[in-house]
Amino acid sequence: MSASIALQPGALARYETPSTSEPAWIKVTLITVALTFFVIFLLFPLGTVFVQALSKGWGVYLSALTSHDALAAIKLTLITAAIAVPLNVVFGVSAAWAIAKFEFPGKRFLITLIDLPFSISPVVSGLIYVLIFGAQGWFGPWLAEHDIKILFAVPGIVLATIFVTFPFVARELIPLMEAQGAEEEEAAVVLGASGWQVFWHTTLPNIKWGLLYGVILCNARAMGEFGAVSVVSGHIRGLTNTMPLHVEILYNEYNYAAAFAVASLLALLAIVTLGLKTLVERQTRKQISESQKPSES
Amino acid sequence: MSIHVTDINKQFGAFRALDNVSLDIPSGQLVALLGPSGCGKTTLLRIIAGLEYADSGRILLDGEDASDRHVRERQVGFVFQHYALFRHMTVFDNVAFGLRVRPKKFRPAEAEIRKRVTRLLDLVQLGWLADRYPSQLSGGQRQRIALARALAVEPKVLLLDEPFGALDAKVRKELRRWLRQLHDEIHVTSVFVTHDQEEALEVSDRVVVINKGKVEQVGTPEEVYDNPATPFVASFLGSVNLFHGRVDGAHLHVGEHALHVGHDHNVTDQAIAFVRPHEFDLLPVDSPEGGLPARILRVISVGPTAQVELARLDGELVEVTISRDALSVLGLREGDNVSLRPRTIRVFQGERLAA
Repeated sequence: MSASIALQPGALARYETPSTSEPAWIKVTLITVALTFFVIFLLFPLGTVFVQALSKGWGVYLSALTSHDALAAIKLTLITAAIAVPLNVVFGVSAAWAIAKFEFPGKRFLITLIDLPFSISPVVSGLIYVLIFGAQGWFGPWLAEHDIKILFAVPGIVLATIFVTFPFVARELIPLMEAQGAEEEEAAVVLGASGWQVFWHTTLPNIKWGLLYGVILCNARAMGEFGAVSVVSGHIRGLTNTMPLHVEILYNEYNYAAAFAVASLLALLAIVTLGLKTLVERQTRKQISESQKPSES
Repeated sequence: MSIHVTDINKQFGAFRALDNVSLDIPSGQLVALLGPSGCGKTTLLRIIAGLEYADSGRILLDGEDASDRHVRERQVGFVFQHYALFRHMTVFDNVAFGLRVRPKKFRPAEAEIRKRVTRLLDLVQLGWLADRYPSQLSGGQRQRIALARALAVEPKVLLLDEPFGALDAKVRKELRRWLRQLHDEIHVTSVFVTHDQEEALEVSDRVVVINKGKVEQVGTPEEVYDNPATPFVASFLGSVNLFHGRVDGAHLHVGEHALHVGHDHNVTDQAIAFVRPHEFDLLPVDSPEGGLPARILRVISVGPTAQVELARLDGELVEVTISRDALSVLGLREGDNVSLRPRTIRVFQGERLAA
């Protein structure tokens, strides 16, 4: 038996036969509609961002990006992502592990709860924190007494970002881990592996691509989040402005070139994210299809 | 290492998986847990391994109470139905895993690990696959690697959960013969779960028949096949013909006909009797020995024996296996009337009926 003769499953099914293909005019129409839509609603606005950003030349573009406030916004965005993403990785992996490998009461409820940040408006997410930590909020007076600043400061921004990006990793891992089952972990335990060894040697290698995919999505959202962060940030220039907030401020000041220059950075981030996502997606699909391969051969 | 299972109970919600199960497995034997799916046999195996905890009862390994011992410390080897090989590791690394995860002071040197893994791979005759990944192996090969991996940690007990369940018939047959040979070589106490009676009877030293969470019978393959303790065992092991009737003394009355049952039984109105297909004689109608009249519906004369399907007067079907020679001597054909006389008949009465 040789591995080189292994056929890609479904490879044969892709060959078109006259009995399964549509007339040419239908194909052409569908493709034209899809492409037109894609150009008008996606490609054109994306192009505009870069055109506008460079409308006053490279000099203005670069100075907009290297201004003190812009650098501070970029730094804050990076810090926020650097805190929120690892925390959500830890949370996401443990939640997915618990949900996929164990049976416990309240499991369905937990799954629903994980989706909560997806289903409520980001503005509401932000307001929740105002309600908790604001001057009139539950902990407001106590925090003021001890001189701890959460709202309108970096901690508030980080908290709001964590809340909004909460589901990405867990959502990505739960179906993957459920498909893989717990047998490999059980096998490892019987062979004497400790909990940590089981995770490190069996669980993690099996989920690594799905995890990376979740991290990429989580990161993109953490850097791009506007609504929730806007509520808790206070918009203090050079202090509590993240990149999306900085774009808004510049735009409201009619400083279009600078606004679009910062926006182009976010757009670039999106493009890089999409590229990575496509690469990782391919690997994830491979991992899932391997885990669902019938055991006989 | 011997295994003693005492009074194990296990409940999943409203479902009673194991109902006061007790069982002794002597050291060095190869024992089959046999039963229909859902009878609790896999649960029992997982409880012995420590992958599942019993609601009550004890597990003694080598005379010592292991009920509260963690899976890691039970020194058992477990082979899963779907192999559960680590898919991202090579065959070699799979087998070496159990040795490599040991705490440093118990871990053999890498050269020693290499030696032991190589020896195990040779034992399962797959040394040439050491660098492959599980996805590149056939089902039978994967199962043998899984076995080698379980043996690498030198378990005191080897537990196998439907080890051949996912394989096709031919590979299954090869592999179970091979498992028997392997067991004769290494003599580690082994318990395997199966729903395939042929597999259980062919491979094991002793068979434990389980039904609905209860042990029905424990015995050698011959004992459980020849002297089933309950109607369930009789009907689960091999094919049987079932007769309902009334017993008085040495006769079973089926309808208006009487069959001789060998020795005396209590008189009861209700009894069931089992006769295996090969335990019938086909006699001419109205022969002096008596018997049940029946008509031949079909004769399937392929292979070493002939399968004869008959209908009793009341329409019930009876299956009989006789040698093809006997069939041709008798000159029987489809549509002929014959008299059915069982050579052996197993009668179950009273409370054993309910079992």
